[in-house]
Amino acid sequence: MPANNTEFLQGNEAILEGAIAAGARFFAGYPITPSSEIAERASQKLPAVGGVFLQMEDELASMAAIVGASLAGLKSFTATSGPGVSLMQENLGVAIMAEVPCVLIDVQRSGPGTGLATKPAQGDTMQVRWGSHGDHSAVVLAPSSVQECFDLTVRAFNIAEKLRHPVFVLADEVVGHMREDVVIPDASEVHTLDRRQPEVDPEDFRPYAYGDDDLPVPLPAFGSPYIYHANSSMHDETGFPNADPDNAETVIRRLHDKVECAVEEITDYSYVGSAEPDVLLIAYGCTARTAEQVVLDYADSKVSVSLLQLRSLWPFPVHIISRYASGTDTVVVPELNLGQMVREVERVTGSICTTRGYNKSNGQPISPDELASFIEEEIL
Amino acid sequence: MRASAQVSAYLKDDDLPVFWCSGCGNGIILNSIMRAFNAMQLPPNEIVVVTGIGCWGKADDYLLTNSLHGTHGRALAFATGVKAANPDLTVLALMGDGDCATIGGNHFLHAARRNIDVTAVVSNNFNYGMTGGQYSATTPADSYTSTSVYGNPEGEFDLCEVGVAARAGFVARSTVYHVTLLQNLLQKAISHEGFSMLEVHSSCPVYFGRYNQMNDPVQMMKWWESRAVPQKRYEQLSEDERAEKVPVGVLHEEPRPDFSSRYRKIQEVAQRRARDSK
Repeated sequence: MPANNTEFLQGNEAILEGAIAAGARFFAGYPITPSSEIAERASQKLPAVGGVFLQMEDELASMAAIVGASLAGLKSFTATSGPGVSLMQENLGVAIMAEVPCVLIDVQRSGPGTGLATKPAQGDTMQVRWGSHGDHSAVVLAPSSVQECFDLTVRAFNIAEKLRHPVFVLADEVVGHMREDVVIPDASEVHTLDRRQPEVDPEDFRPYAYGDDDLPVPLPAFGSPYIYHANSSMHDETGFPNADPDNAETVIRRLHDKVECAVEEITDYSYVGSAEPDVLLIAYGCTARTAEQVVLDYADSKVSVSLLQLRSLWPFPVHIISRYASGTDTVVVPELNLGQMVREVERVTGSICTTRGYNKSNGQPISPDELASFIEEEIL
Repeated sequence: MRASAQVSAYLKDDDLPVFWCSGCGNGIILNSIMRAFNAMQLPPNEIVVVTGIGCWGKADDYLLTNSLHGTHGRALAFATGVKAANPDLTVLALMGDGDCATIGGNHFLHAARRNIDVTAVVSNNFNYGMTGGQYSATTPADSYTSTSVYGNPEGEFDLCEVGVAARAGFVARSTVYHVTLLQNLLQKAISHEGFSMLEVHSSCPVYFGRYNQMNDPVQMMKWWESRAVPQKRYEQLSEDERAEKVPVGVLHEEPRPDFSSRYRKIQEVAQRRARDSK
């Protein structure tokens, strides 16, 4: 019977453990508060498992290096905060267009600009969705606990490999720095998706062909008998440039559809409380912890409050939002920003119920009392 | 068009002729790279050519090796990831002066300092050809481009001197006129263990040449011929004599352990400590 190992870790440390458990063997990054513990632990642990840690000259280079390393055959990732994601957007576009699997950890801090470097925020919800120019979709998972830091990081690598697409783990300063018990399963118990090799002969290999499952074909490592061009510019299935409008439309729609069509498979959430509450809180990240406490505080009250915690933010889980919103009169979306996810929620719930945001943007987390007062004074 | 036997294993000849302008030096550099691969008998599947953006950034369109076509200025950062992940690969970063000296200057400095075993081949035509002939960080002061029609107010980099200062272990220069030297230097640069750079002064008669009274490709070739001086002879010239000359050949060579061989030792230490702590 394989032994599970319970450790008392920071969220950032659990993210690194999750990456290694998922099979990641290459990290490139640039230190930034509040994510730096991930880089530090990567520098200590990756070489011990035969992996590589690289501290690059900036975030542009970090993102570029993980794309290069992924093409050379290693599962690759980086970790940063909002200002670093801003710089990574350029080469994030390369990963999207060239269909290179990799994982980006964003431990959010208060912005804009250099903002409040050590304080939490949820200001990157839209940056990780839309950041990088051009039409594209995004896969974003959002942990609320140290256990979820581990579990969702493993999952991020598996989704990245399957879709050949960059995947974000969107943490925040609270989740990244808090310490909780986390169960690190034995390696044999962790579900990982490893690189598959193409089934065709090398001369017939087309790096940007799609299979019958409407997903990109397996990606061989540079150096294998499969020679190919990884291309950030518009290309056809061969990887060589192709400016034909029909081809461009096909490529852009494939990049978009492979993510959006996977929404049900990617969607991850939990629900706490009664099925038809007076108030439904929809929250993610550190704010979901606040919301969960409010649900507990209302447990013996005449008023019922429930929580829909989103563990996957993008592609947006429209089906789950509409299902649970149908059981309530009022949805409240608390966020550590001036209202990013609430508008996306309202797009779905607008015709079903009343939707309100509770927003705060001063570098401090939302306390359960604050959120409860808002519910008492504004909703009930 | 059919490729010669010396380059046929590496050249995607169904897209010939190349899209570069008549008189452009890029075809000469590309040909030399393929001849160097052939002379070294490098299997195409073990080569990764990383390109930037600009005229020279299109070079991979004609190659049958692996390639990674990324963003402007970042070729060395992509190449660093490729090489660090699999040190057995032969990795080249093809960059123009815009890529290497200007927007990607930071990556150039740090790739050299880090001593990642990548060969940077810089096609330096002293301007941005792809976007219409604007000045770059190697455009000589006072010369004319589409964004310096009254003369370039900025001073230029000597890219090889920057490379030496950044601790590149192998620094060399040729021109597209000196094709034998060019191929020899490419083979030396690729063989060098650690970061190597080859700057190639290259013709852009359509923009840099036209703006600076050299719109005839032959004029540009004669300019390269008249300016280039072997390094040893250059050192003997007086300050005045050096003014119009450029040293070519191997300018700097200093072997030191490359990143991957140093990192292998780190992996050994980390693995030993992990074993000991169990």
